[in-house]
Amino acid sequence: MLRYTLKRLLSLAISLAIASLLIFAVIEVAPGDPASFMLGINAQEDTLAALRAELGLDQPKWQRYLSWVGGMMQGDFGTSYQYRTEVTDMIADRLWVSLPLALYALTLSTLIAFPAGIFAASRRGKAGDVGVMGATQIGIAIPNFWFAMMLVLIFAINLRWFSAGGFAGWDKGFFAAMKSLTLPAIALALPQAAILARVMRSSLLDVLDEDFMRTARAKGLSRGAALRRHGLRNAMIPVLTILGLQFSFLLAGGIIIEQVFYLPGLGRLIFQSISARDLIVVESVTMLLVFAVILVNFLVDLAYAAVDPRLRART
Amino acid sequence: MNRTLILGGSLSALMVIAALMSFVWTPFDHGAMNIPEKLQIPNGTHWFGTDHFGRDMFSMIMVGARTSIAVACVAVGIGIGLGVPLGLWAAARQGGWVDEVIMRGNDLIFAFPSLVIAILITAVFGAGAVNAIIAIGIFNIPVFARVTRGGALPLWAREFILAARVSGKGAARISVEHILPNIANLLIVQATIQFSLGILAEAALSYVGLGAQPPTPSWGRMLADAQTLVSIAPHMALMPGFAIILTVLGLNLLGDGLRDALDPRLRVSRV
Repeated sequence: MLRYTLKRLLSLAISLAIASLLIFAVIEVAPGDPASFMLGINAQEDTLAALRAELGLDQPKWQRYLSWVGGMMQGDFGTSYQYRTEVTDMIADRLWVSLPLALYALTLSTLIAFPAGIFAASRRGKAGDVGVMGATQIGIAIPNFWFAMMLVLIFAINLRWFSAGGFAGWDKGFFAAMKSLTLPAIALALPQAAILARVMRSSLLDVLDEDFMRTARAKGLSRGAALRRHGLRNAMIPVLTILGLQFSFLLAGGIIIEQVFYLPGLGRLIFQSISARDLIVVESVTMLLVFAVILVNFLVDLAYAAVDPRLRART
Repeated sequence: MNRTLILGGSLSALMVIAALMSFVWTPFDHGAMNIPEKLQIPNGTHWFGTDHFGRDMFSMIMVGARTSIAVACVAVGIGIGLGVPLGLWAAARQGGWVDEVIMRGNDLIFAFPSLVIAILITAVFGAGAVNAIIAIGIFNIPVFARVTRGGALPLWAREFILAARVSGKGAARISVEHILPNIANLLIVQATIQFSLGILAEAALSYVGLGAQPPTPSWGRMLADAQTLVSIAPHMALMPGFAIILTVLGLNLLGDGLRDALDPRLRVSRV
């Protein structure tokens, strides 16, 4: 296990290094000089030079890359060109919206998908199975931002149960904040739940064919008891992998949903920074999201290997 | 023929026909504004209603199908054009350093949140259909490389490949003449799935203003236009939404149906 962990850790480090290089390179070739963007077209050449020096834009590229990466390792994401505040603080504020939203959506997705997948598997080939599978086909085809607009139309505009957008803030109390995240979380969760339910079903069906399930039935367990005690536990491994992937998808996918609901999360921060050409913020937030996704994948791999020793030998 | 295949095929064909037909005929000029007739709900003249400029929604959706299909087509083309050769190469050099480098590179691209990178690319290099295609296409490469390699590896152990080697054919020639035809089924099924994902991705990018730019109609931007008007003109959001859902649903069903039809061993459909 130690050997495997070290190997994965090395590939994690390489992935992060390449990812940071790529993101830095993309931002480097971006047209437009942040200094002239901040000062406007009438700026004097010496003012521009002074600002470039202040922002560190006059240093060679490799030096800027190293100081960017070095800073991030110490939790310092640089200073926003636009607001002159620490990017770390800006991100921290926004994370308190994006992270709870992703977790909320993940919880909802699991709560919908597990019963649906188990139900479909236990009714394999019958009307219930066909119904659930048909519903998941439609769920996968629905763009989440369109679904979000429909939720707003029904539950905010017509029924007036929720507000159409905005975030109440955690200082208004837990329930007020969670309420303003409810529609966005549902919009994010449903298409994901459709995928998860299909994985749950197929994984259960694979296990149901196994010899040990027949043994469990032969020793006198009912279908339901065999499913609960032996089937589910074995079917969970692929499901957990997908859950890990979904969390990172929900964190990244939230950036579109945040646009629909005007939520002050990481997504809105990215889009505002893009339009203000505040590239250091775009760069750092992208890197943070990529880091989160790569880290979650790494943890899932480790958890997977811890549960299933066969995997350690293979890699 | 199975029902999934027929239903999926019909829905997909419907969209392709709508897109092709829009080149020669649409009920109205899709760009023509007609303010007195704005925000009409679907009726006999304007089948899908009109938008806030009085433009005919049905015509816009027909032309929008063109954009969606074109973006998804080229994005899938990028994935196949680069991913399949890489996958074939990796399989031919199984276990070697080429294989290792290609597969690790794949894992790396897989680990990226595709939407975030697509937004980064389009934001930096400018919003527009071409950059959207590239951003979506890049993430198709590892998908096809993986499917190709996965399908090719077991084939390399088969007798007919051995026979081809004995007859003096090189790895590249064997890959093209013997491996590729045998994994074409897998690739066709994967292409339909990636196609539907491409349509969803294009809609999302256009929705946030990073996809096809005006005046090119696009389903995603029609939804963005509808957002502020959804309370007074819900049809503006409903119609493009249905177009996206039916297209993606059709392609997914087509993929499932093709998989079952092309590989009888998979008749019991799983995921």
